[in-house]
Amino acid sequence: MLNAIVKPVDPNMYRYDEFDAQFVNERVEQFAGQVARRLSGELTEDQFKPLRLMNGLYLQLHAYMLRIAVPYGTLSSKQMRRLAHIARTYDKDFGHFTTRTNLQFNWIKLVDVPQILRELAEVEMHCIQTSGNCVRNVTADQFAGATDEEIEDPRPLAEIIRQWSSLHPEFVFLARKFKIAVGACERDRAAMQYHDMAVQIVKNAQGRVGYKVLAGGGMGRTPYIAHVMSEFVEREDILAYLEAVLRVYNQDSRRDNIHKQRIKILINTVGPEEMRRRVAREFDELKRMGTLQLPREELDRITAYFAPPAFETGLPDTIPEAGKDFADWVQTNIHKHRAAGYAIATITLKTPGQVPGDATSAQMDVIADLMDQFSVGEVRVTHEQNLVLPHVRKKDLPAIYAKLKELDFAAPNAGLITDIIACPGLDYCDLANARSIPIAQRIAKKFENLDRQHDIGELKIKISGCINACGHHHAGHIGILGVDKKGVEFYQLQLGGSGAEDASIGDIMGPGFTEHEIADAVERVVNVYLKTRTPGERFLDTYRRIGMAPFKDAAYEKEAA
Amino acid sequence: MTKLIKSGAYAADTYNAIADDAALPDGAVLVSLARFQKDREALLARNTPIGVKLQSSENPEILGDDVNHFSLIALEFPKFRDGRAFSWARMLRTRLGFTGEIRAVGDFLYDQVNYQHRVGFDAWEVPDHFTIEMFNRALSEMTNVYQPSTDGKKTIRELRAAR
Repeated sequence: MLNAIVKPVDPNMYRYDEFDAQFVNERVEQFAGQVARRLSGELTEDQFKPLRLMNGLYLQLHAYMLRIAVPYGTLSSKQMRRLAHIARTYDKDFGHFTTRTNLQFNWIKLVDVPQILRELAEVEMHCIQTSGNCVRNVTADQFAGATDEEIEDPRPLAEIIRQWSSLHPEFVFLARKFKIAVGACERDRAAMQYHDMAVQIVKNAQGRVGYKVLAGGGMGRTPYIAHVMSEFVEREDILAYLEAVLRVYNQDSRRDNIHKQRIKILINTVGPEEMRRRVAREFDELKRMGTLQLPREELDRITAYFAPPAFETGLPDTIPEAGKDFADWVQTNIHKHRAAGYAIATITLKTPGQVPGDATSAQMDVIADLMDQFSVGEVRVTHEQNLVLPHVRKKDLPAIYAKLKELDFAAPNAGLITDIIACPGLDYCDLANARSIPIAQRIAKKFENLDRQHDIGELKIKISGCINACGHHHAGHIGILGVDKKGVEFYQLQLGGSGAEDASIGDIMGPGFTEHEIADAVERVVNVYLKTRTPGERFLDTYRRIGMAPFKDAAYEKEAA
Repeated sequence: MTKLIKSGAYAADTYNAIADDAALPDGAVLVSLARFQKDREALLARNTPIGVKLQSSENPEILGDDVNHFSLIALEFPKFRDGRAFSWARMLRTRLGFTGEIRAVGDFLYDQVNYQHRVGFDAWEVPDHFTIEMFNRALSEMTNVYQPSTDGKKTIRELRAAR
């Protein structure tokens, strides 16, 4: 274990000024008042529900769950230590990193919530709009500011969107939730095309930087890939454009059937062409009014907070030798950094047998130490429920790996078959039809052998315990959906989904498998791939080439024709 | 029982809400959109104040140029989760240039009053237990805002720039 000699480092990230601080503090006291009115009985649960949801407080199967926003997945070591403290003091000593890059606590008492919010506000954190029918936490590429693939760091824009969407008076009682992602390269690590709205930073033919806006993607019971709303929005117009989309959505969405109220349904009902026309009308009006114009100075001011850290020069640009286990980890969990001598390191919270995305307070504290010692005080949360040390010196990687091994967070499996996304499922969630976590654990155990995992290569398994698809099963190369049939849990397989730049919706294979059969069925599907693949083909590529039939025959143990 | 809050104080409701099939009395009346469309000529000929009450599914653009004939537009919240009226009020104050009274009616919460105020509502039909103190507190819980809206309040971005 590292100890208290580690000096906290303040990373280059957004810092609250006096206005942000006052805003969050007043919001805490406002919510404390709402909690008091609920406890006194002045508010019924029905009235309290939308209010608590707007502040990330759910009533789960066993207790209240509090979801804390991690804007665009960026955390400082100070914030990580505070999360560990809250886990220790107010919860059962662990937290869960979510697919929205938030952190949630599953065992919170309502009376403690105001004090937890005050302690979060002290480290510039909040729970504003982490649930409810409003604009949710804005997510971004977890390699932002560290990868050489991007046009620019997408986080300043994400921060601008965070501020604009915070308690927006027109859009806090939308028809349904609304999720926004921001990215800045062709590689899509943020599942942008599955979002209600996504902004991709692009360059136009003249070399000018601006924004491509997508809308209408989504998972749930009716999955859709997003449509392009505009190929190029000028920088100063971006908030006006986003507001225009939200206006059309708020005005025109259905409100009579909760399953048909996401923006994806509106866009696919009226058609993308008509949607673009409606948005353009609002956008023209907003541009004429000019009140939402984003001045260059404001963009520059926010961007300055995210300035790249002062990278050391003259560092060795090679990764030291440190044994086979370390080499395996480097092969999967290290990504190229923009600066010579540096690397991006993914910490998968997915050691086979673990609950995907969970971390104990002790693990959070040690990660905070690693952040300070090796990654300029910063970590990122990914939508695949992993953590990323964005700026580490290559020469330090063996030391980092050794510490992660002590934490049981050194699984060399980023992007591999055991790096599974799973929702909390029936173990926690009152919407779920089936458990997700034990299925993830069972599959991870089955494929625990590392040589086999590396042989299989990139294969994304995503598991949801109900049709709401919080485990992103539509976007899994292999997706698994838990369903309830007369009180028995069954698991349906979907193949061929992708949440990356080649986004696609997985195809449903057929009848579900029992919890005892599902891991074997997955293994038979993987075996078809191993037998059939051509050199260099990923599972997804093979599926796209040969289609469902051979996989289906194998899964149900039929002889291939 | 309900009461009316306007300009930060209780106010008498000077409009008679008229059912679609009831006869029109003298004085100011509040009618549904359907009733207005049916009896448009007769209502406009009366030369007394007319209010129209819009359901949350009724986009005020449907009023067209008639919007200027109304001195009151009441926007209905059928249930507090239905937030369409926030956009309708904003649209009335901006695109449609409506300067009369915009009244919130129906099922809305204390916690929505500030948002309503920001987007252009200036009158509230509230339940009996809703006091002026509550109303004023609702408007003062959050000092500053990130977004421009029809209230013209300076945004945090503008306050920063003015430092």
